[in-house]
Amino acid sequence: MLLIPCPWCGPRDESEFQYGGEAHKKRPADPAAADDRAWGQYLYHGHNPKGLYLERWRHAAGCRRWFNVARDTVSHEIVEVYAAGDLPRDAAARAVHAANWRRAEEDG
Amino acid sequence: MGKVDRGITALTRGAKRYSLAALARQALGGHMGWPRAWRDAAPRERYQVIIIGGGGHGLATAYYLAAVHGIRDVAVLEKGWIGGGNTGRNTTIIRSNYLWDESAALYEHSLKLWEGLSQDLNFNLMFSQRGVLTLAHSVHELKEMSRRVNAIRLNGIDSVVMTPAEIKKLVPIIDISPNLRYPVMGGFFQQRGGTARHDAVAWGYARAADDFGIDIIQNCEVTAIRRDGDRVVGVDTSRGSIGADKIGCVTSGHSGVLAAMAGITLPIESRPLQALVSEPIKPVIDTVVMSNAVHMYISQSDKGELVLGAGTDAYNSYAQRGSLPVIEHMLEAAVELYPIVSRVRVLRTWGGIVDTCPDASPIISKTSVGGLYFNCGWGTGGFKATPGSGHVFADLIARDAPNAIAAPFALDRFESGRLIDEHGAAGVAH
Repeated sequence: MLLIPCPWCGPRDESEFQYGGEAHKKRPADPAAADDRAWGQYLYHGHNPKGLYLERWRHAAGCRRWFNVARDTVSHEIVEVYAAGDLPRDAAARAVHAANWRRAEEDG
Repeated sequence: MGKVDRGITALTRGAKRYSLAALARQALGGHMGWPRAWRDAAPRERYQVIIIGGGGHGLATAYYLAAVHGIRDVAVLEKGWIGGGNTGRNTTIIRSNYLWDESAALYEHSLKLWEGLSQDLNFNLMFSQRGVLTLAHSVHELKEMSRRVNAIRLNGIDSVVMTPAEIKKLVPIIDISPNLRYPVMGGFFQQRGGTARHDAVAWGYARAADDFGIDIIQNCEVTAIRRDGDRVVGVDTSRGSIGADKIGCVTSGHSGVLAAMAGITLPIESRPLQALVSEPIKPVIDTVVMSNAVHMYISQSDKGELVLGAGTDAYNSYAQRGSLPVIEHMLEAAVELYPIVSRVRVLRTWGGIVDTCPDASPIISKTSVGGLYFNCGWGTGGFKATPGSGHVFADLIARDAPNAIAAPFALDRFESGRLIDEHGAAGVAH
């Protein structure tokens, strides 16, 4: 079981939380202009790394706030918890953010 | 849905057939004279086709490449030992009662191959058509189930709706009292569904594929997929580089890792899926019963263990283990529905990493890279499809074009929007 440090309520059992999947996904800025491929990439295709992963959690049975977690998908170690909308401070987590294939799509 | 092409089913190249006579002969020698079932192959410099992933689906793909398409210059690369991943971790349930026509065609194709597969492979897969029962716990669920049964039967697949009294007769240990929090309102039953011995499926396909001359290479982890422009040319592995004209990736939970090596993306999330067995007890249930509402399914192995499963853990993981609340949840449901199991002890629990897809349907597809094919996204329910999956994937690789069964499961459905949403039929014991 994961022990997740909610930034507002402190460490709580995983069963109090709802999972929100990949963090930092950006909805196409101009929805009408986005083609089928762009929508498919945004809606369905995932960043599914083996190792450090940036994901969203919500403290559903507590403060009900969303926040981001940098967690290793092999060891389950939580490296950093940070606010929704922010980038992680941890260097490895930042590298994971930069290496995500979505960044290239966003720039392009 | 016509007759399936089983291809060449004879062991022709030297594997000694298993038979009653062979068993008797070996018994005289204290069973010390059985030959190994497949060679311990070392990788050659190149192959026509490389299959990455030595689970049931990968081995079946290799087998049908040879048996149906005559392609024997094939290697199966497995990073651990064959059948050591999800093939050995699933709860062995087989059925074909899916809602949509596309799924019905695929899973029924597979079920038809299961029927007779032990004979095809000359390997006892302990395929047991003990039936699969799915429970309804509300009026709405029962109505939806009736609609689904009609759809299933229109596709020529057996399914019947059952009353609580009929269910009680089939499964005497179930509690059908109306006082339950989630009472049993009815269910639907596929008699041709059932279970099979999962290890035997891997071993049977491996032995038969090996007999065709296919190299099964274990302890061989792929570390890179090599490309020349828009085409694959081979792989780098922990046992050296191997060239190939075509590469089929069948790595379930690790599909995302392979996709990243090839420079493509997939609509796949890797999640832990847990299951457990009880201590062995005398036979109490001779069918498979699943329930979506209370989220648990149960069967009994031939050894006497109750086999229980539920849904995936909520978070992405590659750890082959999950969280305890999922286990607690499935045990709560088991005790509610089958009160006699309350004092049966849990023998062991385990987890596998499954490749979940947004529409709960698999991906059997070419990719934007020439010669690179993916067979993944089976999520929580791939075991039942092992023969059919291998059969249509071999066809895709051999002809470089999907057949009618595989075509709807191509990757482009996540751009066209033609999803095959089977979350309902997939249910808990997908």
